[in-house]
Amino acid sequence: MKTTTLSVGFIPLTDAAPLIIAQEMGYAAEEGIALDLKRAPSWSSLRDMLSFGRVDAAHMLSPVPVAAALGLGGAGVPLSAVSVLSVNGNVIGVSNALAEKLRRQGHDFGFNDARAAGAALIAATDETLRIGVPFPFSMHAELLYYWLSALGLSVPEALQVRTVPPPLMADAMEAGEIDAFCVGEPWGSMAVENGVGALLLPGAAIWSFAPEKVLAVRSDWAETEQSLLGRLIRASWRAGRWLAEPDSRTLASEILSRPDYLGVPAEVLDRALTGRMVISSQGEERQVPRMLEFHHGAASFPWRSQAEWIGRQLAARAGLDPEGAGKAGRATFRSDLHRAALAGTSADLPGASSKLEGSLAEPLPVASESGQLFLGPDRFFDGRIFEPDGN
Amino acid sequence: MSSAQLSIAIVETDRERALLIEQSLREAGEFTIHVVSEIPGLARRIQALSPDVVLIDLESPSRDTLEELALASGPLERPVAMFVDRSGDGLTDAAIEAGVSAYVVDGLKPQRVKPVLDAAIARFRMFQRMRTELAETKRALEERKVIDRAKGMLMKARGVGEDEAYALLRKAAMDQGKRVADVAQALVTAAGLLG
Repeated sequence: MKTTTLSVGFIPLTDAAPLIIAQEMGYAAEEGIALDLKRAPSWSSLRDMLSFGRVDAAHMLSPVPVAAALGLGGAGVPLSAVSVLSVNGNVIGVSNALAEKLRRQGHDFGFNDARAAGAALIAATDETLRIGVPFPFSMHAELLYYWLSALGLSVPEALQVRTVPPPLMADAMEAGEIDAFCVGEPWGSMAVENGVGALLLPGAAIWSFAPEKVLAVRSDWAETEQSLLGRLIRASWRAGRWLAEPDSRTLASEILSRPDYLGVPAEVLDRALTGRMVISSQGEERQVPRMLEFHHGAASFPWRSQAEWIGRQLAARAGLDPEGAGKAGRATFRSDLHRAALAGTSADLPGASSKLEGSLAEPLPVASESGQLFLGPDRFFDGRIFEPDGN
Repeated sequence: MSSAQLSIAIVETDRERALLIEQSLREAGEFTIHVVSEIPGLARRIQALSPDVVLIDLESPSRDTLEELALASGPLERPVAMFVDRSGDGLTDAAIEAGVSAYVVDGLKPQRVKPVLDAAIARFRMFQRMRTELAETKRALEERKVIDRAKGMLMKARGVGEDEAYALLRKAAMDQGKRVADVAQALVTAAGLLG
């Protein structure tokens, strides 16, 4: 098979791993493709590189294809999410001053109770909380709004949400521009490492199965390059499966730490990969289940219902019709293309393309091709269940 | 708004580059130009200036901050969108290739923005060429240093002159189908490991 080179953009984050590993561990080569990995300086430029064909595919925030379909930001080029590259993986951190205040008020930094942490955060905030997120259209922003509004904070008025690129989050906190952040790993751990803040909560404590990054392509490219797309989906899926094996983690963090990829010490990258998070510069550790999931529970499957949830959340803030936005969102998560690409592999995919979001407190066996698939848990911290319109 | 001068904000931390962009724009037409050189509080500053066009380097991580402005929802705020030409002359594509992105306020006619973008694109292309040349020069310099070290090691270890040492490197490179610089690097690395 002749090797075809695909250019693929990524942002330096631990959850870019499936693409980096697909190339480095030979899963791309197995499919007769080579990934020319291009590190992008910002989410907006990566989205535009993809929209204008400077890259064929990209590591992308899950709400970006949905936002593009709603005409929010960017060039309005239709984008498709053909795989979920990672589930969960964000952390919420607070400045040292705020952490100290939270401790004085009796918060235990248990790192697993979103209700307790959120109530403590709201109680410790005198005026508006200044909080950094990497991009206006991100799971980070969605989780924050969901979490704090469920606890009675009036959003967005009571919050000042600032956009700060992930690698600059620690700097912004040190400069006193933000009191808190929600950011993808390793940049939360880097803030702890640099002594500028403490971690308050993993994103997984707010929604235990949040689609974080997707593999995004231009929708027209997905139609015209179906063979290449299939190879790319399979290569990144195999990389995700490899990443989920405990034995892979040391090597994975070594590869990711290279200067061309993340340029961050391997032992810091290790934390999200193992779920053993160091939450303060005193070295307190917390074990987080599903801190960052690449594979289990059909993590790679782009559920239409996930996209509908995102579409409705975005619509509520942008003043758009929620039903139309939910529908437009659904169309961007291509469970059909994902399923077609993985047909004939050992991947066990769900029979349905849409599900209740937030209904599983425990892993549940579901109908699948082999009948061995367990989904969940996928609970929201407040127990709400999202019932999608479509199926 | 149609008759008034266009106001343009240039987001650029490098003073010299900002000046060069400003100069090119002035040559292209009559504009009101603001340079924003500080990144903290960028979104608020742009909001306060309320320009018709914002130009920013595609490589700037702060670009993401401008995306906030796309969601401006207050009654006095003018939503800003990335400039996407629908005229079909590929202006946006050319801008992205040159490494500049433009955000324009809602409702501005493409033909009013065209001279601004044309000038910015030309200037950014030059920056990009300079950047590539600089990187090339740096790499050539680095390689020269490594080759010199490898030559020095060979001269010492084998008791040969400089020309012969270089000939040895070149022969090894040709035999292995590699570049001289790569063979030199391998030698230097191996020597470092062996102590």
